[in-house]
Amino acid sequence: MAYNCVVLIKQVPDTKRITGEAMNADGTVNRAALPAIFNPEDLNALELAIQIKEKFGGTVTAITMGLPAAAKILRESLYRGADDAILLTDKRAAASDTLATSYILSCAIKKLKYDILLCGRQAIDGDTAQVGPQTAEKLGIPQITYVEQLIELNNQTIIVRRNTGAGWQEVKAQLPVLLTVMDDANEPRVGNAKRLMKYKDVLAPAEITPDSGIDIKELEKKGLLIKQWSLDDIGADLNWCGRDGSPTKVHRIQSVVLTAKESKTVEPNQAGITNMIHELIIDKTIS
Amino acid sequence: MANFYRDNDDIQFLFNHIDLAAIAELQEEGFKFAKDFDYAPANAAEAIKNYDLVLDALGELSGNFIAPRSEQIDRDGNRLNEDGSVTRPDGIAQSIDALGKAGVMGFTLPHRFGGLNFPNLVYSIANEIVSRADASLMNIFGLQGIAETINYFADEDIRQRYLHDFSAGKVTGAMVLTEPDAGSDLQAVKLKAFQDDDGQWYLYGVKRFITNGCGEVLLVLARSEPDRSGGLGLSLFVCERGPTVHVRRLEDKLGIHGSPTCELFFDNTPCRLVGERKRGLAPYVMSLMNGARIGISAQSLGIAEATWRVARDYAASREQFGRAIEKLPAVRDMVIDMKIEIEAARALLYETSLMVDFDSNLEKKLQYDPPADKEALKELKNQSRKYNRYAGMLTPMTKYFSSEMCNRITYDSIQVLGGSGYMRDYPCERHARDARITTIYEGTSQLQIVAAVRGVCSGTAEKYLVEELATRQYDPQLADLLEILKEGTTQMVECAAFVKEKGVDYMDLYGRRLVDIAIYIINGYLFCRQASGKFDMQIPVAQGSDAFGSTISMKQRKAMIARRYIMRNAPVIKAVASVIKSADESTFSQYEALIGPVPVE
Repeated sequence: MAYNCVVLIKQVPDTKRITGEAMNADGTVNRAALPAIFNPEDLNALELAIQIKEKFGGTVTAITMGLPAAAKILRESLYRGADDAILLTDKRAAASDTLATSYILSCAIKKLKYDILLCGRQAIDGDTAQVGPQTAEKLGIPQITYVEQLIELNNQTIIVRRNTGAGWQEVKAQLPVLLTVMDDANEPRVGNAKRLMKYKDVLAPAEITPDSGIDIKELEKKGLLIKQWSLDDIGADLNWCGRDGSPTKVHRIQSVVLTAKESKTVEPNQAGITNMIHELIIDKTIS
Repeated sequence: MANFYRDNDDIQFLFNHIDLAAIAELQEEGFKFAKDFDYAPANAAEAIKNYDLVLDALGELSGNFIAPRSEQIDRDGNRLNEDGSVTRPDGIAQSIDALGKAGVMGFTLPHRFGGLNFPNLVYSIANEIVSRADASLMNIFGLQGIAETINYFADEDIRQRYLHDFSAGKVTGAMVLTEPDAGSDLQAVKLKAFQDDDGQWYLYGVKRFITNGCGEVLLVLARSEPDRSGGLGLSLFVCERGPTVHVRRLEDKLGIHGSPTCELFFDNTPCRLVGERKRGLAPYVMSLMNGARIGISAQSLGIAEATWRVARDYAASREQFGRAIEKLPAVRDMVIDMKIEIEAARALLYETSLMVDFDSNLEKKLQYDPPADKEALKELKNQSRKYNRYAGMLTPMTKYFSSEMCNRITYDSIQVLGGSGYMRDYPCERHARDARITTIYEGTSQLQIVAAVRGVCSGTAEKYLVEELATRQYDPQLADLLEILKEGTTQMVECAAFVKEKGVDYMDLYGRRLVDIAIYIINGYLFCRQASGKFDMQIPVAQGSDAFGSTISMKQRKAMIARRYIMRNAPVIKAVASVIKSADESTFSQYEALIGPVPVE
């Protein structure tokens, strides 16, 4: 049986490359100073979707909500094996918190045929891990979080292994289902050569400026136009979108500087390490 | 996130420095494939973008997926099972799968067989990148010449049967040439090929030292004409892995542990003839070997690059006598020379690959799409002949130079690391073990020299230096260096004349020295060309000096390299030339006296 997979992906600032300019004075992230990348665990979700397609057949659709520049990760999804890509972009969606984002995504997903929704466990910018679960709730479908292995997919039943932090559980669910995928689920593939060659000029309409000389109709005819939806296209209630739809209020942002209060120097030699291990055993840090 | 393509400034520079548009135009036959294949480029800019994107993906795969597995692959090695099957190390099996998914196993095959139709030059870049991650994996990724040989010489039926599977990464191949008594001397191949009454061909006999002999598609050199000794009795066959192909033994070897080296026994294995009878060794296997030699050159370069990076890092971080060891003159000098040697080898490899691209594409054009105009046809024939000569000389040169360089660099790298380099805690000892085979397989250095020195003595080297290299536009600041190169060329020509006068044995005796001279001069010109091209880029400078700021122009840097390389080699050329012209034949006349009898236990 073939399955239609929809992967929710996000473009995020590469928080691994934090430099001096990475934070603004008010403690918020200076997005301009960090390269925008494919959220790492969303790549694991995409990889799992592609593996499902390779094994069982079906389709993979990647969808992202964001600025026009987020089309970049949709292209990367096409390079890796997605059949379709959708950009949700609308100025009125700006400043959406996780609740509003989940609402908007759920409106878009309702327009698609899907059996399995996949997303990364969490995004490396906010680290909330909320959008996936909230989207499942909005759609009224079961969710399995922290997935690290697909064990079985049989007709309308899925069994996966999820990591509980202290061990693992095998969880069975009926389709449709939403999975949030962890980074140890797989090693995401790189772009496929022919797909790179074929899709390298794919664009979303929002990326095309009138003076670029690019003919949108021509692109569409060649199958090189990314689908683009606005809030109107997905029939979203504006009260639930953007700032108005976001109950999250930032109270205060602190820039935490870690300082050593009590510290101890361990000599970099055998005696130093032996002493340290001895002390750690005595205070039961290790046993 | 390591990317072995993007993180290499020299590759990035050369990719832009070299006129890829010219080669893309030829390779894509005027971009006529775009109408039939939605991924084929419609113009040169698109083709170059394709090369860049695919190398980028391969660089990412090599850096993040393949390289982290290489240490374990070296430890695990291959396993021969009781049933005669071979189990690859997990890391190799996973990497082959990943390469297949990346769609890069039909790198140079035509579009119609599912290939990417990339030029040889881009394949060389790819081979270096993969080898830097794991030298042993290159013996599978870099064996695409097998599919290429089928494409060149086999009939359409054989092509259709195998080439799509090669492109899709579903099968790997092996060049089944060597036998216990036929190593460098392939004319001595004995493995029997015979036909039954229906004309079906079979193979019977033993092959040894077969890289990836457990692969699915085997190209076998065999004696089809039992009455005929020598190369003219040999034909090339293709067969599949099956119950009549027995892997009798896996070699227990020094390096490239991920690459299975098999002894094969063919027990009346059904096979098909590739091309025509009696043409197995020349031209089919020669053509296959030429491609493989360029592959080994790239493999050598990848190993050298990998090991140099470890040494370079260590030289900066290891402190002795109260300072980083890179501050010590001897270490400093070694680290610079290693870097320059690598860039010299890369310059020569890319230049060779480009000549091979021109050669093969012009030949293809002559065969399938010759110009109607008589003058144009004549010109095309001349060009084709010229590039064929250049490629024929440069191919053994790059194989010889890169593989010898790679062995020096891996040893120097261990030297920079000192005692740590000798230990398994660092990858340098593995690099040195992996490097060792490069001067041996696909033709030893000595055999490369035999081929290359004939290029030097036949006038090809002179023609190439004088007509192709010396006539280019160079930056005026390099004028003095160009004079030195010209002088070197004169010395080379004199040595070649002297050697020819003395006869073939003398030519082979001093071949290595003569070829070294030619390579020094060629590399000198190539560095000057890199310093004089249109393209430039800024690259970071190491900390430790106020003389440069934080970045430097690559062209300016290449001019510095050219100066150092040429100035240091000029006296070497003079010295070597005087040895060549010494007429010393003691190797022939005094061997027995100097060497003494064979030792008895």
